[in-house]
Amino acid sequence: MPTIFRSYNPSSGQRSDRSAGDRLRHRQKVREAIRNNIADIIAEESIIGKDKNRIIKVPIRGVKEYRFIYGENAPGVGQGGDGEPKPGDVVGQGQDGKSGQQAGDRPGVDYYETDVSLDELIDLMFEDLELPDIERKRLRQIEVERQFRQKGVRRKGIRVRLDRKRTARSRVKRKKASLRRQPSGAPAERFPFHKDDLRYHHTVTDTRNESNAVVLCIMDTSGSMDTMKKYLARSFFFLLYQFICTRYQNVEIVFIAHHTEAREVTEEEFFHKGESGGTFISSGYVKALEIIEERYHPALWNVYVFHCSDGDNFESDNDAALKAAQELTRTANLFGYGEIKPLGSGYYGSSMITFFSQIQEPNFQTVQIQKKEDIWTSFKTFLSKDRAREDAA
Amino acid sequence: MAPDYTVADLERWNERIMTLVERFGLDPFPQEFEICDYEDMLAYMVYSGMPSHYPHWSYGKSFEKLKTLYEYGVSGLPYEMVINSNPSIAYLMHDNSLALQVLTIAHVYGHNDFFKNNFTFRSTRAEYTIESFKGHANRVRQYIEDPSIGLEKVEAILDAAHALSLQCRRNLAIKKPTVVEERRMKVEESEPPADPFSAIHRRHQHVQPDLDKVPLYPDEDLLIFIRDHHPQFAEWERDLLTIVHEQAQYFVPQIETKIMNEGWASFWHKRILDTLELPQNLQLEFIVRHTQVLRPTPGSLNPYHIGMKVWEDIEKRWDHPTAEEIEEYGPRKKTSKEKLFEVREVERDTSFLRRYLTEELIRELNLFEYKARGNEHVVTRVADQDNWRQIKETLIQNVGTGTLPVIKVIDSDYTHNHTLLLKHAHDGRDLQLEYGEKTLKYLHQLWGRDVALETLLDNRSTLLLFSDGKFAIKKSA
Repeated sequence: MPTIFRSYNPSSGQRSDRSAGDRLRHRQKVREAIRNNIADIIAEESIIGKDKNRIIKVPIRGVKEYRFIYGENAPGVGQGGDGEPKPGDVVGQGQDGKSGQQAGDRPGVDYYETDVSLDELIDLMFEDLELPDIERKRLRQIEVERQFRQKGVRRKGIRVRLDRKRTARSRVKRKKASLRRQPSGAPAERFPFHKDDLRYHHTVTDTRNESNAVVLCIMDTSGSMDTMKKYLARSFFFLLYQFICTRYQNVEIVFIAHHTEAREVTEEEFFHKGESGGTFISSGYVKALEIIEERYHPALWNVYVFHCSDGDNFESDNDAALKAAQELTRTANLFGYGEIKPLGSGYYGSSMITFFSQIQEPNFQTVQIQKKEDIWTSFKTFLSKDRAREDAA
Repeated sequence: MAPDYTVADLERWNERIMTLVERFGLDPFPQEFEICDYEDMLAYMVYSGMPSHYPHWSYGKSFEKLKTLYEYGVSGLPYEMVINSNPSIAYLMHDNSLALQVLTIAHVYGHNDFFKNNFTFRSTRAEYTIESFKGHANRVRQYIEDPSIGLEKVEAILDAAHALSLQCRRNLAIKKPTVVEERRMKVEESEPPADPFSAIHRRHQHVQPDLDKVPLYPDEDLLIFIRDHHPQFAEWERDLLTIVHEQAQYFVPQIETKIMNEGWASFWHKRILDTLELPQNLQLEFIVRHTQVLRPTPGSLNPYHIGMKVWEDIEKRWDHPTAEEIEEYGPRKKTSKEKLFEVREVERDTSFLRRYLTEELIRELNLFEYKARGNEHVVTRVADQDNWRQIKETLIQNVGTGTLPVIKVIDSDYTHNHTLLLKHAHDGRDLQLEYGEKTLKYLHQLWGRDVALETLLDNRSTLLLFSDGKFAIKKSA
C-alpha cells in the first residue's frame, strides 16, 4: 500500500474548530469556579484597587483533574547539565510542574490560574450577589438637559447654523434646472446664491435621564489603624466603589481621612498615608456633610457614605458623632459604618456599633469585619439595606 | 510564510526514505501523512491524534493551555504526531521547513515500526483504532443528546472515570483470568500440597476457600470492577466506564514504552538521514534540529536523549563487545541488528532500562537522584560507585506506569456494609493526600457507597476513608 499524503487545505470553510465546544464548556466551568470562590478571590490583595481594564490572574480551584499520584517523598531522577551535580545541590522547583520527568504526574501549583479582566470579575461578583431587592430597586434618575443635537435641515435659521455644503448643492441643482429650461441660451455668466438655496442645520435639545452618584469614603486614619485594618477597609471601599459604578452612569468619589480633624484627600493619600493621633469620628461626618452641601446636593445626586474605623473613638465625641451620623442618614441614600477589628487585635477598644444601635433609620447599616473573608459577607449585608428614597424622581 | 516544499517534494523524499526503511529492515504499517496547521496540530495533541474523539471539557482546558504556552513561546509544538493505528496516521505541520519534514517523516517510520512490532501494543488492535474512537465519540454524544441523560450527568461520570482510568492493569500481554478460572485457582490453592510422606504426617486441615468473596483476587481494573459490581448502574453508565477504560488501555502501552519508543524513532531518523545524502542546506538544518530534539534537559529527563543513548549503546556493545563482556557473557551470538530488533519487540521501558542501562551509561548521562525539600528539588545521589544502582532503581520506578500508584480492589463488602476496600501497594512512595482525597471522592461518587483505601503514610498503616460524604484519615496506632 503506497504512502498517502493529504495536503494542507487552508480554506477556512472546510475546516472546523473541533475543540470549540470543549473550550466553551471549560470556560463555563472556570466561571463557575470563580463564582464559587469569589470570597477568596476578592480578598486577594492583588485585585484591590486595580485598573478596570486590566487583565488579572485569578487563582481558581475546582477545575483541576485529580488522580492518585505520589506525594512529596517520591524521589525522581534528573540529568545533570555541564557541571557535575553534587548531593545537596538544588536542581529545580518542586511545585511548578516544570521539572520532574512527566509534568502531569506531580501535583502542580495548588491552583490553576486564568486570565479574567477585572470588569468580567466584577460582573461575576454581582451575579453572585443574588440580592433581588437590589435588582428591583429604582435608581434615582435625574433629568438633565444635554447639549444640542443636530437633527435634519431647515430652510430657515440663524446664520451660524448655515449648512454650507447643502446650500451649495441646492444652488447647483437650481443651476442645472435653469439650464434645461433654456437649452439654446448661453449659460448666464453669474449664477448667485438665492435665498431659497440656503439650508440650515436644525437642532433639538437633547434631554436624557442621568443618574449621578457620589461615594464618600470616610476612613479613620488615627494611630490605632494599622496596616491590616487599613487593608481591610481599603478592600471594602474598593468593592463598594465598583458596585456603585455598575449602577450609575456618573460616579464621583470623595475620600475623607480623619483622626481628630477631617480633610479631603486624594485616593493615593487615603490608602497609603498613615497618620497618628486620636479619633473624633464626628469630624469625618461633619466634613462629609459639608462636602455634600457644597457640591453634591441630594436632589441631584445619589449619595452613599461609608465609614470605616476601628471604633476606637474618644468618649467625649460619641454624642457629636451620633448626631452627625443621624444627619447623614437623612441626607444619604445609604450610610454604612464598618468596624474593623482584626482577630487577635483584642477588644480593648470601645465599639461604636453598640453605640450606633440607637440610630433606627432603615438606611443605616453597621457591620463588623474581622478578617479578609468577612469582606464579602459584610458587603452583601451592607447593600441589602440600600434604599432609594421614595421621593426620588 | 509559504513553505519551501510541495507535496510532490515530500512524496519524493518519502520514496527515498521508504527504500532505506526497507533496507534497514524496519517493518511499519502502511503510513498516511496529513499536513495541517498549528491549530489543527494543537487539536490533534489534545485529542490524542484521533480524528474523532468524544467531547469533554478537560480537552478544552488542555487546548487553551497548550495554545497559551505555544503563543507565548514557552514551549514549541512537536514536529510530528503519530498514532498507533493501521494504517498509521501522522500529522506534519504545514509551516515546517523541508528539512524538518524529511526528518519527521523518517522519525514517524521509527514510531510506526515500534507500534507494529513491540509486544505491549499487541493488545491495542491497531486496525480498529480509528473506528473504535469514533464509535466511542458517537456513543458519548448520543448520551449527551439523550434528554433523559444530558450533558451534566454524562460529565459527572466522565469526570470521575477520568480520575480513575489509569488505575488499570499495566501488562496487557498477560491475560486476565475469568471468574470461573479464578474460582478454580482458589480451589486448587486450598488443596493441600502434595506430600510424599502423607502416611506418617498428620492430615492437613482442609480450609474451604471463600468462593463468594468479590473479588476473589485483588482487581486492578477499578472502572471495570465498578461497572460489573455496581448494583444500580444503567446501561449508559456502564458504557461510559467501558469507553474510558478502553481508551486508557489503548494508551497504557504508549506510557509503558515512552523512552524506548522515542529513542527508537530518533535512532532510526538519524540513521536514515545520515544515509540519505541530504543536500548541504538541508543537512545543516537537520543537524541543528536533531540536536535540539536530542539534547539533554538539565534537571529533568529527555526521553529522546536517554532512549537513543541506550539504543546506540546496545548497538555498540553488540558490534564491539569489550573483552570483559566477552569473558562474562561469551561471544555474541547475535549481530547488533538482530539484537536491536529483538529488544524492540520484547522489552518495555522498565525492562529495557533494567537490562541495558549500564553503569557507564548512567555516568555518561550524568544522572542523579533528587528529592523534594520544601519547594525545591535537591540532589540526593549522584552516579558514583555506591549510588548508581539506587539511581537506576529510582529511574525505573519513574518510567512507564511506574509513576502511577498500584491500587487494587480487595473487597467489595468490607465491614459487611458494601464498603469498597482498596489497597495501595506501597513501594516506599506515599500517596499525595490532597489528590488522594479528591480521587477517592470520585470513587465514592461512582461506587455510591463508602470507599476505603489502605496505604502507608510515614511508615504507618493508614486507612483513607470516604464515608457519609466526608473524608477521614485513620492511622493505626
